[in-house]
Amino acid sequence: MTDIPVLGFIIQFLAFLIDQLPTISHAAVAIAIPIGLAGLCGVVSERSGVVNIGLEGMMLTAAFVGWVVGVMAIALLPPDLQGRTDVFGISLPLLIGLVAALLSGMLLALVHAWLSISVRADQIISGVIINIAAIGLTGYLNTLISGGSPQGAGKFTPLQVPDNIANLPFIGWLIDAIFDQGPIAISAIVLVIVVQILLFRTRWGLRTRAVGEHPRAAETVGINVIRLRYRNVIMSGAIAALGGAYLSMELTSSFQAGISAGRGFIGLAAMIVGRWTPIGAFGAALLFASSSAIGRAITFAAPDNDMGNFLKDIPQQFYDALPYIVTIVVLAGLIGRSMPPAADGQPYEREAAA
Amino acid sequence: MSTVPPSTLTPPDEVPPPPAVPALEMRGITKRYPGVVANDHIDLEIKPGEIHALLGENGAGKTTLMNVLYGLAVPDEGEILLDGVSVKIAGPSDAIARGISMVHQHFMLVPVLTVAENIILGEETLHRAAFIDHGAANRKIRELAERFGFEIDPTAKVATLSVGQQQRVEILKALYRDTRILVLDEPTAVLTPQETDEIFVLLRRLADSGRSIIFISHKLYEVLAIADRITVIRRGRVVGQRLPKETSEEDLAELMVGREVLLTVARGESSPGGVVLEIDDLHVKDDRGHEAVRGVSLKVRAGEILGIAGVAGNGQDELVEALVGLRPVASGQVSLDGKDITSASPRKIHELDVAYVPADRHRFGLILSFSIADNLVLNRYMNPPFARAGIRNDAAITAEAEENIAEFDVRTPSASVHAGTLSGGNQQKVVVAREFDRDLKLLVLDQPTRGLDVGSIEFIHRQAIDKRQAGTAILLVSAELDEVLEMSDRIAVMYRGQVVGERDGRTADKNEIGLLMATGGKPPSEAKPSTVADE
Amino acid sequence: MTDQLTPQSPQSPQSVNSPGEPSKPPVGWSVRARSLLGQAWSAMAMPLLAIFLALIVGAVVIILTSVLKPGATFDVGLPIRAYQALWDGSLGSENGRVTTLVQTAPLLLAGLGVGLGFRAGLFNIGAQGQFLVGAVFCVAGALVVREQDPIIAIPFSLLVGAIAGAVWGFIPGVLKAFRGAHEVVTTIMLNFIALALVSWMITGPLRQPRAPQAVTPDVGNATLPILFGRDGHLGILLAFLAVPIVWFVLNRMTIGFEIRAVGANPEASRYAGMKPRRLIVFTMSAAGMLAGLAGTINILGISHHMNASFSTTVGFDAITVALLGRSNPIGIMLSALLFGMLRAGASQMQIQAGVPAELVDMLEAIILFFLVASPVLRRVFRLRGVKSGLGTTETMTRTYGSEAIR
Repeated sequence: MTDIPVLGFIIQFLAFLIDQLPTISHAAVAIAIPIGLAGLCGVVSERSGVVNIGLEGMMLTAAFVGWVVGVMAIALLPPDLQGRTDVFGISLPLLIGLVAALLSGMLLALVHAWLSISVRADQIISGVIINIAAIGLTGYLNTLISGGSPQGAGKFTPLQVPDNIANLPFIGWLIDAIFDQGPIAISAIVLVIVVQILLFRTRWGLRTRAVGEHPRAAETVGINVIRLRYRNVIMSGAIAALGGAYLSMELTSSFQAGISAGRGFIGLAAMIVGRWTPIGAFGAALLFASSSAIGRAITFAAPDNDMGNFLKDIPQQFYDALPYIVTIVVLAGLIGRSMPPAADGQPYEREAAA
Repeated sequence: MSTVPPSTLTPPDEVPPPPAVPALEMRGITKRYPGVVANDHIDLEIKPGEIHALLGENGAGKTTLMNVLYGLAVPDEGEILLDGVSVKIAGPSDAIARGISMVHQHFMLVPVLTVAENIILGEETLHRAAFIDHGAANRKIRELAERFGFEIDPTAKVATLSVGQQQRVEILKALYRDTRILVLDEPTAVLTPQETDEIFVLLRRLADSGRSIIFISHKLYEVLAIADRITVIRRGRVVGQRLPKETSEEDLAELMVGREVLLTVARGESSPGGVVLEIDDLHVKDDRGHEAVRGVSLKVRAGEILGIAGVAGNGQDELVEALVGLRPVASGQVSLDGKDITSASPRKIHELDVAYVPADRHRFGLILSFSIADNLVLNRYMNPPFARAGIRNDAAITAEAEENIAEFDVRTPSASVHAGTLSGGNQQKVVVAREFDRDLKLLVLDQPTRGLDVGSIEFIHRQAIDKRQAGTAILLVSAELDEVLEMSDRIAVMYRGQVVGERDGRTADKNEIGLLMATGGKPPSEAKPSTVADE
Repeated sequence: MTDQLTPQSPQSPQSVNSPGEPSKPPVGWSVRARSLLGQAWSAMAMPLLAIFLALIVGAVVIILTSVLKPGATFDVGLPIRAYQALWDGSLGSENGRVTTLVQTAPLLLAGLGVGLGFRAGLFNIGAQGQFLVGAVFCVAGALVVREQDPIIAIPFSLLVGAIAGAVWGFIPGVLKAFRGAHEVVTTIMLNFIALALVSWMITGPLRQPRAPQAVTPDVGNATLPILFGRDGHLGILLAFLAVPIVWFVLNRMTIGFEIRAVGANPEASRYAGMKPRRLIVFTMSAAGMLAGLAGTINILGISHHMNASFSTTVGFDAITVALLGRSNPIGIMLSALLFGMLRAGASQMQIQAGVPAELVDMLEAIILFFLVASPVLRRVFRLRGVKSGLGTTETMTRTYGSEAIR
């Protein structure tokens, strides 16, 4: 192993990547969805000047609420209302769970908005409170409820891309990676594009950017800074919640304590790397997710050659830590050139002081 | 709005007699803040088509009064009448809807947005329900600018514009909203004399088109030059009203300050000694990595004041920060008494008897949440007697502080209160006390009197003159050309990172310096195009 | 924090025009005692109110959720039984009191670390990772010296753990100071990396040969001596010793002055000749060291080995402890005792009253909520002259995401 020629090693690695491209890209999109949604949540909130590190807690809570409301719906609804559609596997209990999840995220966002906009507390501390509260609340309730091992509402299922499309040369794998996903994932991708357009083309977007850069200037032309920030933060809560729901209702069909596993924070890093734009944030999320996806591919399908054996000798924990390491490295490498909105994190006081 | 008046200048004292009903009347406006009455029963009456000056010192209550008018502050008492009808102004959008616009002293522009985006913000025209109609907006903006005789590119980012252009964007913002009453808060504070003249022409045109203009200032000669009527405010009260032809600078100054004032501090004669500070071909980069100082060479002698004039943002900040060790030098050399101090640390430079009074005292000068005593030893806390072997001696720090407070007349209940509770003038005195309290070789003053009242300005200017008489070399940077002209023995003008001219401080011509500041001394055709039509 | 902050307004309330005579009233001891009491009240009223309100909200939550257990109805008496069990498990019994101190010690050390960071304007959410890394490297160090005399083995293992924690704080410190990467994101990432590192070390190099499960060998002679009770170990003493040390450093030494200055205004401190970058790295390393030491004493004093399921809540509790204690060492000591008590009683509460131990996490969040909302509380309860719930942390969000500090 010590005398592998570096070039040969790289070629073997590239060959492996190309070989595994469909698997890796598919997994990367699936892993990127919650991170990208977290990043999008950050964009919507921070573009209006409110730092939202509570999004991790919002995701976690939404993941729990989505699951637990599904459990209750399964138990309470008559069976004839529990049918599932063929496409996406949508059922009434799942939908009720999803709506509840979104509402829970918005509720937590409302708390964050109140603390950081009206009380004018430090926004990072407010976010940390949301996170600690989410860990406590979900852990507490989960311990109470899962004691009875209840039946969940299942999960949304991916759109099946027909084989003849998925096998198209050159682009088949790409179509498969994007569209062989569940409804939350696909709507997340659509949402990213929509918010990008809204942010840079519409009145809401212009006002949001103005408020995040120079709230006093926005106020002097008659824009209600407080109301706009409340609205954006609550919207961002819904977006984070969608990411949470994805974890417990699409990626898996159950809830475990701490299921969000730092994805919210990686999403924040993605937002910074993506320079506070929706598409940039999602792109960065894909980058972080790719490292995970490649790690998985190595674990499950490492080729039987020098390179494969070398990679397999690296302990599994390294691959577990890889997305976090990549996040730090990218963040430390890029940040100097990524400027936040000028008023990000600063409480706004309405009445002029002097 | 549609008829454009001819662009002739009407001399202020030949304004036609105004109609009976004032465009704006403010009656008995009172606004209290904890511990201070900012406005005390102020009455003000503005006629249509009038330029009305509001004269007063910093902190006299002018801005508060205008914030009340603009709905940014809620008055505790009083009444506002527009065209004789009493109105309540609930917020800026309310004010805008009633035709009131305000150009704030610190421009209310978003630097990363374009000119058009800044102008339409809050008044966006949409097409297809949600999308902003940039085409229509750009057309309207170009048209408006043309009507009032200047050009502007609606798609340019505001951050790339000069200060004068930014001010025009602010005025366009008001015109875009069909304003009838335009308030300008210290509009000339950051302009060159030429830009000031241009803005005066524009304001006169606006007034001739029937708009009323409230012009807030503390500069006497400007008020005399532009206003139809002048109202003077002191400590929250109206203390007098004058017509320009009936008054003089001395009269206004006395009204404004409440006592007789010397309009200029006696700067006295200087007797320069040897060269103390020598800057040789200095290059410095700004935060974004662009070269902000591009080959500056200067000499400052012992016992003289070298003033640096220039429009804000022409590299003065970077120059000063490089001198005191806050910013790395890209190339070139700085020496003090012949000793190379290029890129030395702030502490090393401090130890070589260099002192610095920063432009932004809240950012560089003070720690507002620390006591006055701690602020007074902020750069010598580690030296005996304030600390020994890394352990602080609070008794020595307090003793020193009490001495400084007495000597520099800092008004405070005790040395242990937070610096943040002091008034601006007293905060600056804390900085001055800390920096001046020893024998100095070099003193760097960066806008040392910005935002201060006349008393504090006098005090600080006198302290600086005293230091000069004691043989200190002084480098004074200020965007206020008046301050530079008043204080300096020699004047250097900075333009786009370079020194474009040096003049004797006593014989310098204000207009010539202003031209250097605005164009760098090149003929107007080579400099960036003037955006106001030549008169 | 923000509620008292009106630095920009030139006409601030006090003393604008009052002459500069330093007021020195005659000081008798009774006056001094009264003013000291007044100060204590002003500092502690808000935290006490927050704790009290949190217990009430916690009771409501317990009642509301009592229905979730199979076949149960609303149980109004449950909160009282739960809090009774919480008390019995902590201060209410001899063993409980010892357990409280055992639980307090790591919270105190890690809380001091987080608080130190706050004073320098740094939000160290990485105490969790620093704790874990300190713990696992202390095991590694202890395995080298486990046969040696305790006089050598104990200090050596403590040192290894402390250094490992310091390294885990040093990394985000450097990233913040020289690359501008915000510590909130980097420390969280490092928490997860620490988890992976611990998992690898326990299942790999540190694994006890021939053990059925992944577990490290015992730390042997590096075990901390028991000073009192069943498990009142030496680490408790160390933790409480750290309080006066940190206090002295912060308030009496020039380095502490520098740390506080950088936290309050990095630009001004830089002009004053301090070195914000170095101070940030130093403070983060010191904070990491304290959190690492917290992990170390838990290993050497209590568990004596590590297994794959080793987990902790100390890192996150430490944030609450530091905030509740206003980043003041004495305040941190008091709030660490409170949370030590809650953690000590939590398991008893779960066993005796069937209320999940996670209630403590929730109480934590609710306490923090009331602290942050203290400007509102002050209005509602008409508390005058009472300090707001949180200490100064002015620069925390200001540097978020922007470029490196010079």
